[in-house]
Amino acid sequence: MTVRQPARVLGKAAGRLATMGPGFGFLTVFLLVPLALVLSYTVFRRGRFGGVVYEPTGENFTRLADPLYLDVVVGSVKLAAITTLLALLLGYPTAYLIARLPARWKVVALVAVVLPFWTNFLIRTYAWIVLLNSEGPVNSGLKALGLRPVELLYTDGAIVAGLLYAYLPLMILPLYSAVERLDPQLREASANLGARPARTFWSVTLPLSLPGVLTGCVFVFVPSLGNFVIPELLGGGRRIMVGNLIRDQFLKARDWPFGSVLALAVIAVLVLLLFAQAWAARRAGRGA
Amino acid sequence: MTLISINGVSRRFGEVTALDSVVLEIRQGEFFALLGPSGCGKTTLLRILAGFEQPDAGAVLLDGADLLATPAHRRPVNLMFQSYALFPHMSVEKNVAYGLERERLPRAEIRERVGAVLETVGLAAQARRRPHELSGGQRQRVALARAVVKRPRLLLLDEPLSALDKKVRSEMQLELKRLQHEVGITFVVVTHDQEEAMSLADRIAVMNGGRVEQVDAPADLYERPRTTFVAGFIGANNLFTGRLTGKGLDVDGLGVLPAPAGPVEGGTAMLAVRPERIRLGPVTADQGVLRGRVVDVSFYGGVSHVALSVAGRDRNVLAATQGRARVEAGAEVAVSWDADDGALVPVALSG
Amino acid sequence: MRRHGWLRLPFWLTYLFLYAPIVVLVVMSFNRNRSPYSWGGFSLDWYGTLAGNASIRTGLVNTLIVALGSTALSTVLGTLLAVGLARHTRSRLLDALSTLPAILPDLVIAIGLLAFYSAVKLTLGLHSVLIAHTVFGMAFVAAVVRARLGGMDTSLEEASRDLGATPLTTFVKVTLPTLAPGIVAGALLAFTLSLDEFVIAFFTAAPSEPTLPIVIYSMVRFGVTPEINALATLLLAVSFTVVIVAQRLTRLTEALK
Repeated sequence: MTVRQPARVLGKAAGRLATMGPGFGFLTVFLLVPLALVLSYTVFRRGRFGGVVYEPTGENFTRLADPLYLDVVVGSVKLAAITTLLALLLGYPTAYLIARLPARWKVVALVAVVLPFWTNFLIRTYAWIVLLNSEGPVNSGLKALGLRPVELLYTDGAIVAGLLYAYLPLMILPLYSAVERLDPQLREASANLGARPARTFWSVTLPLSLPGVLTGCVFVFVPSLGNFVIPELLGGGRRIMVGNLIRDQFLKARDWPFGSVLALAVIAVLVLLLFAQAWAARRAGRGA
Repeated sequence: MTLISINGVSRRFGEVTALDSVVLEIRQGEFFALLGPSGCGKTTLLRILAGFEQPDAGAVLLDGADLLATPAHRRPVNLMFQSYALFPHMSVEKNVAYGLERERLPRAEIRERVGAVLETVGLAAQARRRPHELSGGQRQRVALARAVVKRPRLLLLDEPLSALDKKVRSEMQLELKRLQHEVGITFVVVTHDQEEAMSLADRIAVMNGGRVEQVDAPADLYERPRTTFVAGFIGANNLFTGRLTGKGLDVDGLGVLPAPAGPVEGGTAMLAVRPERIRLGPVTADQGVLRGRVVDVSFYGGVSHVALSVAGRDRNVLAATQGRARVEAGAEVAVSWDADDGALVPVALSG
Repeated sequence: MRRHGWLRLPFWLTYLFLYAPIVVLVVMSFNRNRSPYSWGGFSLDWYGTLAGNASIRTGLVNTLIVALGSTALSTVLGTLLAVGLARHTRSRLLDALSTLPAILPDLVIAIGLLAFYSAVKLTLGLHSVLIAHTVFGMAFVAAVVRARLGGMDTSLEEASRDLGATPLTTFVKVTLPTLAPGIVAGALLAFTLSLDEFVIAFFTAAPSEPTLPIVIYSMVRFGVTPEINALATLLLAVSFTVVIVAQRLTRLTEALK
């Protein structure tokens, strides 16, 4: 039976081709080729009216060091990091508590987290324009309390609020599945060995849910970097983030090579974070 | 000297009564077993001792002090989990050191005690490994070391042998006994496996339906069951229910069977006769108590089991003989036993 | 629960944060006043104005064409891909490739496709958005169907083969019906994602044929108008219904099996 039957091998190849052929064919043409194209643009000169001229150059990368752009990168990393941190601070206790709810309420709580996420992203951002407007409910509340109204809209704070609102569910879901999967006996074992609840959290619960924490951070941090709508609508265009810069290079400045370099930077951050996540998952071990 | 005294402890989960006014005394330095079928309440009792569960009523004292008022992490009680519950992200030595670090002991002392206990359980070479790199038996030793290194007043073991295969099981069994002897800690093992309980424990509490049925040394439990549940649960007993008379136990359809002098003459009682106490002989005019036909003979190496069908009884009578059985399937035999070889258990008529 | 008392604050804060803006929008959509910040009594006026808005109507039609088309394509390609990945290969590379569109930021996919379309000189239109939405729609369908395949007993398919069915018959008569709940859930997911997708559409649509999110974007940029509140409320109602129906439906098909 060590001799391979030609008909069987043929049948296997046919099965592979029939199932995966169309999908991967489609992905190759409409995802891999476009990505390769963008990647290749990073080393060529910009065309005068958009597009590229195929003369190799390194200046697209050196432009990244220009203080003007470096400010944008540092500023957006800062805002994306604050958003991620807030999402973690709000999301971890929420996910932790959802995982402890009775089964019926668990479903309700999870659906309630996901529901806003399924509503139009622009509408969700628009809601914050209404809320934070100088005449809006928040300021009316402050006035009613006899306090001075503050400018809320078109600030960094408004951008963070918008980003947090957009991506908080993406933090809660992986955290929930990480916490849910934890063996409750590990927490009992920790208490049994003399650890107070806080110690158990830092030494057992948190390290073991770290893969979920990092997955959530990837899901919040990377799209926050790449978002250009929220800085525009809630930041009033005062704060330019990496996403705005990329959009502008492609649609306004027509500097595709530099836009591609910026996109590559975002992908690099993504890949880096994914590696960190994989490392944490390995470190958390393969179950008890 | 009493270490733990459990007084009238009850616990309900909704409609289910897990523990029903349990009263138990566990002595300092003994190896104690809580034995019973699943759902008998033994695990709930274990969780109450460890502090993961609070009883609805009753008191638990350790050295005369209220144990229930102490939170789980401050009790001098450690547990070896059935699933071991080793921290997967820590090495073996980190797992073992975890409990000592919580006591804020000096580093040098922690290192020394961890090293010593790993030596004792034979895992010094695996100190830096992660739990998933160990075999089932090794993981169990880590779990044991992690609990013992704390030098608790009471060590709880949840089904300690159930996950191990047969060979590792008997090794572990000896090791547990040796360790208990060495460290002098009071061990309480929770198990559904009577062999595990019998072979390990000095005393066993048999539990059923949230109540303690009987507390005794293994041999006494085996030879003198005091409730019908224990008579049926421990070992393979031949059980007969009937009315006590001056001559023995009067069983419908079988006649009067030899039984020890009963507690209540005229009352209903259950007679338990161990298979190894049953004698088989040739059928003669007036020999034997019962007549049976051999249905099946199974050979187990050291002993053979003979299943007999007896007219007037719907269940087979089981007899055990040393070595190879001298009867064959289909043979007619006389079945007998001495009156003193049976154990009598009163039957509560109220049901 | 008693021991997690302090966790309740962030827990309820999360839900307050998630729902307060939605509630404000819905309430404002019924406000008679033009200014959204003072209550002028209950009114459905803004829904009337909305119905008369021609650009929203065309945007809606365009969006539906794109969403239906890309969902159909995503469902077929994604389902086949999931079966192939689960049954015909162990390659981790292919596995990663199938999830790539779901992990990559939308902006990266958007500029990639823009570059590609311009390189092959494809005229932009609804078709170019439809293809773009299929790229990520397929990935989500494949992921959902694979999750279902993971829980499926391979011996079902082996039994079918053993009883004399060809691979194709087995696929149609055994594999597909078992996967049905996963396929329905995946298709609904792809549909809602396409319906709401803005960034990729913004880069790959022709200016003359905007999808609804693009129309909303241009309205929102001009600031607060009560019309958008009404539109938002309607879209919220649609999304909520779809999500809840999807939940029920997957459970229903689960129960019918």
